[in-house]
Amino acid sequence: MTDQATHAHLNDPEHAQHRIVTPLQYFFVYIIMLALTGLTCAAAFVDLKWANAVIAVGIACTQATIGALFFMHAAFQSRLIKLTIGAGVFVFLVMVTMTMSDYMSRSWGMW
Amino acid sequence: MSTAIGNTIVSLPDQSTAQLPKRHYINNEYGLLSWLLTEDHKRIALLYLFSVTFFFFIGGAFAGLIRLELLTPQPDLVAADTYNKFFTMHGLIMIFLFLVPSIPGVLGNFLIPLMIGAKDLAFPKLNLLSWYVYMAGGTLTLAALVLGGVDTGWTFTTPLSTHYLNTHVITAAMAIFITGFSSILTGINFIVTIHRMRCPGMTWFRMPLFLWSHYAASLLMVLGTPVLATTLVLVALERLFGIGIFDPAKGGDPLLFQHLFWFYSHPAVYIMILPGMGVVSEVISTFSRKRIFGYTAVAFSSVAIALFGFFVWEHHMFIMGVSSYSALVFSLLTMLVAVPSAIKIFNWAFTLQKGSITFETPMLYCFGFMGLFTIGGLTGVFLGSLGMDIHLTETYFVVAHFHFVMVGGGLMAFLAGIHFWWPKMTGRMYPETISKLAAVTTFIGFNLTFLPQFVLGYLGLPRRYAAYPPEFQVLNVLSTAGATVLGFGYMLPLLYLAWSLKYGAIAGSNPWQATGLEWQIASPPPTENFTEIPIMDHEVYDYEWLANKTKKEVTTVG
Amino acid sequence: MDSALATTDPADLHAGQEHGHVSLPQHRHHFETVEQQREAGSFGMWLFLLTEIMFFGGMFLAYLLYRNWYYPAFVVASNQLSVRIGTINTMVLITSGFCMAIGVWAAEVRRRSLLVAMLVTTTLLGVLFLSLKYGEYHEKYELHHIPGNNFNISMFTNPAGYGIKEAPLPPDMAQKTQVFFFLYFAMTGMHALHMIIGLGILCWLISRARRGDFSAGYVAPVENFALYWHFIDVVWLFLYPLLYLINRHPMH
Repeated sequence: MTDQATHAHLNDPEHAQHRIVTPLQYFFVYIIMLALTGLTCAAAFVDLKWANAVIAVGIACTQATIGALFFMHAAFQSRLIKLTIGAGVFVFLVMVTMTMSDYMSRSWGMW
Repeated sequence: MSTAIGNTIVSLPDQSTAQLPKRHYINNEYGLLSWLLTEDHKRIALLYLFSVTFFFFIGGAFAGLIRLELLTPQPDLVAADTYNKFFTMHGLIMIFLFLVPSIPGVLGNFLIPLMIGAKDLAFPKLNLLSWYVYMAGGTLTLAALVLGGVDTGWTFTTPLSTHYLNTHVITAAMAIFITGFSSILTGINFIVTIHRMRCPGMTWFRMPLFLWSHYAASLLMVLGTPVLATTLVLVALERLFGIGIFDPAKGGDPLLFQHLFWFYSHPAVYIMILPGMGVVSEVISTFSRKRIFGYTAVAFSSVAIALFGFFVWEHHMFIMGVSSYSALVFSLLTMLVAVPSAIKIFNWAFTLQKGSITFETPMLYCFGFMGLFTIGGLTGVFLGSLGMDIHLTETYFVVAHFHFVMVGGGLMAFLAGIHFWWPKMTGRMYPETISKLAAVTTFIGFNLTFLPQFVLGYLGLPRRYAAYPPEFQVLNVLSTAGATVLGFGYMLPLLYLAWSLKYGAIAGSNPWQATGLEWQIASPPPTENFTEIPIMDHEVYDYEWLANKTKKEVTTVG
Repeated sequence: MDSALATTDPADLHAGQEHGHVSLPQHRHHFETVEQQREAGSFGMWLFLLTEIMFFGGMFLAYLLYRNWYYPAFVVASNQLSVRIGTINTMVLITSGFCMAIGVWAAEVRRRSLLVAMLVTTTLLGVLFLSLKYGEYHEKYELHHIPGNNFNISMFTNPAGYGIKEAPLPPDMAQKTQVFFFLYFAMTGMHALHMIIGLGILCWLISRARRGDFSAGYVAPVENFALYWHFIDVVWLFLYPLLYLINRHPMH
């Protein structure tokens, strides 16, 4: 079932072959998600200075990516859908960075 | 069939024998419920047309009251806080209940499936839902008005809205919150439809520019509106429970509200103007009988405006204490938006060059659009430059600037579009002479109203005050006189368009000899739009293809 | 939007069943093919999730700002949340997401009873999450840690008096814990609201799944709802470290 996805619409950015993910694949994803949760929790109890926040957000982003790719099937979707997700993340980042550019440059060194 | 008479390209069927098609979307079913429960995009467009017109005239009534109050320097018609309610309701209704849904809700709904050769939008039920959500938001706005009004200004500025006012802020905020969902649903529907429902042969670069601009506006609706929703919820919570997110006394930051609010509300300006630009592209091409000059550039400039729109919001906040470094960046980015806008204006001008131009009403409105939008856009560059902005912010210069963009741009385009597609929507022509009069009246009235406000603002008259120093009275009287003319110019179409429903000349399927797919089917269109799905086998705006097609039709008939 | 959509199912070809796609009763007339309908539906759903990103995005922005401004208050306030319940809830949500994913698979391979079982499990786990969340909210209510007029900062100015091993905060910084708790309630509350809506839709899906609506090749509602449900999980995966795990290690 894993190899069937790749013939008809290979070069069409707007369409993708429908594809079923097997329970075993879901189970692997599930275990990874649980392990990462444990990891993020454990990492918080170790003093790593500024790296604590980076690790926490990094693991959350990894989990979100895995969840989107496999639970939400984004990995098997057309480029259009991937672009859609990317657009959301991009505009969110624009909002955050452009706003923060104001706050951070308003009081140099206070951050 | 097509004989150009004099200086017009209008070609109507022989009126003595012409008839409307026996079955079309309006007479397909009867009864109120057939309208209230319809899933037909064309009927929903008409529902939108009635409701946005209704709200337009309510918002217009408030504009009239504002101008009446400003006739004299003293606050003698109404008290100052009543005046505050007037301009708040004027802003809320005109922006959220008229300008944002007007062109997408009416023309977009009606035309997008027709232009791409589809039977309907992708989600007809969502489309109907979006109208109901819009009506719920509108009703709640009216409720806020009837209960005693709201006087925050349309911007809900904190801490004014959260701490200092005792009016119906929460009702109004919830009304706008709800209306936002209508906009989101419309945006999702348009994007999916344009991606998924195009007929065979309708590639991206064969789409009419109307679709490109609606696509760009829909992106803004989908990505921007939710931020406004969050912001309004936070304002309501702050007001209800005093939670402190925007309250400096509790550690909150009112500027965060401004950032979040303008993150939506600046792109919202492009939600209002981009669909209008789409209308102008269609009209200018049709009445100069030419393919739009630089089609690709115009198409991509729509997307560029949508993209840049998310990078400039801080120019609404230059005087609010934002970082001067960041203001510098935002000022520069603001200037960048002028580039795609100018690309459009220049390309339309080059389309007109050596075209066979005729001056039907939609074209007159579009000329109005080009001139007024250019002035509005250029004064926007003034306001985007940091030094000028400090002098001009919160004066009538800003008021004049955004009215030039939104009324001179958005509303002119809406009227151009309504006249242009009126024969398609109703099957009948509007009366040409009086509608030309209306277009000219609107243009004159508009300039009389808002040009004096540039001067007033430059001289330093602040906006949002019921009273002003006596030396400003002459210009204010001019402005009020202009508003009267303008109001007359807006009443006229209401009257003669209603008249034309019964007495207008039968339009036939393609009165303008336009090339769009929507003009190749009967007017009004049948419920299912196309009896068989069309195949787009020619380029967009291909007037030779149309001429050949018409010639063939004549030979087969003759 | 879900109900209007149908799907094609490669599994039915594998199973060798003769099942003409066009004959699906859920195929709506304005779509040319069922495939077009399914793709339109899932694209629409993704666009809706895009709006959700921006909806939560505003609150994440506020969080980022205030966390940087009032870091000491955020640390102490965050440490008053139960990391145990938070972690358990994260696991519960991941498990419910897993069950939902299995549910989609069950619908695709047309196993009705498995689908119903998975949907019910998902629902129960969702309810479990909300009850644990309710317990947390209730505790905050009793401690007067709900922002507003009754907010009480004494636990943060005098932690020793409450038996808490934290350095006392000066009163003005202690006041800022209210900002943390506001964001905590706004973000988790909005998340919980999405879950409640999701549970409502789940009940409706269960009743339809029991009738066998989704085990005959028409999977779109289950598939699209799963996207929504996974999205809520993903939001929580960010909320959990940001709200519960700001600084769990001893500072000194």
